Amino acid sequence: MPEVKEQTATIDAAACAPEWKEILRQMIFIRRFEEATEREFRKGKIGGYLHVYSGQEAVASGVLTAIRKGDIVFSGYRDHAHALALGAEPRRVMAELFGKGTGVSKGKGGSMHLFDVEHGFYGGYGIVGGHLTLATGAAYALRYQQTDRIAVCYFGDGAMNIGSFHEALNMAGLWGKQGLCPMLLIIENNGYAMGTSVDRHSALTDLAARVRAYNIPAEKIDGQDVFAIRGAADRIVRQIRETGTPYCIEAITYRFSGHGAADILQPYRSKDEVEQHKHRDPILIMRNRLAEMCAITDDDVKKMDEEANAEVAKAVQFAEESEQPEASELFTDVVSNG
Amino acid sequence: MAEKSYRDAIRDAMMEEMDRDPNVLIMGEDIGVYEGTFRITAGMLKKYGPKRVIDTPIAEAGMAGTAVGMAMLGLRPIVEMMTMNFAIVAADQILNHAAKVRYFSGGQVDVPMVIRGPQGAGVQLSAQHSQTFEAFYGHFPGLAVVAPATPADAKGMLKTAIRGKDPVIFLESAALYGMKGEVPDDPDFTVPFGKSRVAREGSDVTVVSYGRMLQLSLIVADKLSKDEGIEAEVIDLRSMRPLDLDPVYESVAKTHRAIVVQEQWKPFGAAAEISASIMENAFDDLDAPVERVTGEDVPMPYARNLELLATPNESHVAEAIKKVMYRA
Repeated sequence: MPEVKEQTATIDAAACAPEWKEILRQMIFIRRFEEATEREFRKGKIGGYLHVYSGQEAVASGVLTAIRKGDIVFSGYRDHAHALALGAEPRRVMAELFGKGTGVSKGKGGSMHLFDVEHGFYGGYGIVGGHLTLATGAAYALRYQQTDRIAVCYFGDGAMNIGSFHEALNMAGLWGKQGLCPMLLIIENNGYAMGTSVDRHSALTDLAARVRAYNIPAEKIDGQDVFAIRGAADRIVRQIRETGTPYCIEAITYRFSGHGAADILQPYRSKDEVEQHKHRDPILIMRNRLAEMCAITDDDVKKMDEEANAEVAKAVQFAEESEQPEASELFTDVVSNG
Repeated sequence: MAEKSYRDAIRDAMMEEMDRDPNVLIMGEDIGVYEGTFRITAGMLKKYGPKRVIDTPIAEAGMAGTAVGMAMLGLRPIVEMMTMNFAIVAADQILNHAAKVRYFSGGQVDVPMVIRGPQGAGVQLSAQHSQTFEAFYGHFPGLAVVAPATPADAKGMLKTAIRGKDPVIFLESAALYGMKGEVPDDPDFTVPFGKSRVAREGSDVTVVSYGRMLQLSLIVADKLSKDEGIEAEVIDLRSMRPLDLDPVYESVAKTHRAIVVQEQWKPFGAAAEISASIMENAFDDLDAPVERVTGEDVPMPYARNLELLATPNESHVAEAIKKVMYRA
């Protein structure tokens, strides 16, 4: 997994900073990783539910390269990319999906519950919208402890109709008034709550406006353009860190795969629609831009692809060869042992 | 030792722990400026300020869920539910998040938090404000569930809850808030979870209970001793999770008879779990089937006479004791 160096200053979207190439490399890696998970799922190596991120990579990489060590991240069930972008070991993420004891959550969480606290990843959660309250409380804790760390909370458009969303945002807005809620909310608006489109699930389709109703500023950003996401994140993260107030990015994005691995027919959208959106593939947009900016060539990208594939293959092999959790693990971690 | 009310014991426990550990804070509805519906938190806002005594909106899921996030980051939040009935709104946060995040993270986080508040029947509070929840929460691994019956236990167990690493459901009874009892002064006095106690010794019948019904059971035991020469051994379970039934089995080995007293609905209740466990572990010691004393299987009515009919009373407990002794 290519690591993107911690940023202390905003990177210039017009200049060919080396970091942009690393971000492209990361996005390509995430795509190849997710493609592998779909293959392994079909082979029966990965069980349960599998929700892949393909199409949304700019939202993970654009934001998570703009934060720094010590910041913490919460996500929903479409969480592989967030864990990977934060630096979780790909082989241990893959092992988790394979249900192996070497997985990031010891094989007890699976796809929806990746966890890597050491890298700031405080989890994927499977109850849509349920984790927003956790992120809000965590943000409070970071300020209570007088740090300048921030919390980032990813959720989809479909998470905005559950009670926990409203209770969390109202409390975040209130605590923000006292500078006690340094939280960046990221709506990954991919147009669908599973198979129900935004206009069918949200009485008000302007999702950013719904966030603003809680006294939290919100901006709509093109989620397929990592330059736009990263530029906004640099500015907003700095503001959150300084003020301790929450802020929201509504990233307009699209998922190329089904909702989950079992969503084959996708009766809620047409093949044409998906094809149209593939013209705005975030990886494509970025490599075209880097071709102009940095004279990056097809060969360069091909090399990134090959490197990604090789590392993903190693991750799959590691997962394959790892042992299942010990039977005794069934009873550990239920409660503390002291 | 000093004589304290159950209410003051709870407040003392919280304030001593807040003095001891800056990571302890409390949040809830109207606990600060208003000083609490039951005045448990009186004086706390003034002493600790709004950052540590947080008045929340009426948003139980928000309270419980933010507490989970705080706890994962090393704080020790106490959430006061105005009554435990309202905590049902937070069921997803408590059952799907607080109780499970340690497990599905492979043990990467502690979740040191307490959800506390009164439960059970009051006086004419009707259907939505009179319920008990020990069986509900007791069903879920990942939680500790306790129901102290005395001021000393209220203090000692709340301190254990606050100092722990797991989410604790701390079930109080509004009917006990005014009850007085001796409470140790030692600021490090704690009562461990999962240690049942013999609240009254006896040789004829074992009465198993907890919380408010423990007090009812003790009253009946004293009366039967005086009036009929029946000596009941009363066991206070103190906690549902972890559940310590060894003292119950030891008692049944001596008395050969047992009843279980719980405040509310019989189906799938705590008494069912306890009596099944006695059957599994002490079958050969029993001279009679275990009897359950429970509330009636209806939503709590408003009218006082109906409310009293729905709730266990002294004669229900006495009748059950006599039944297992074949003296009915």
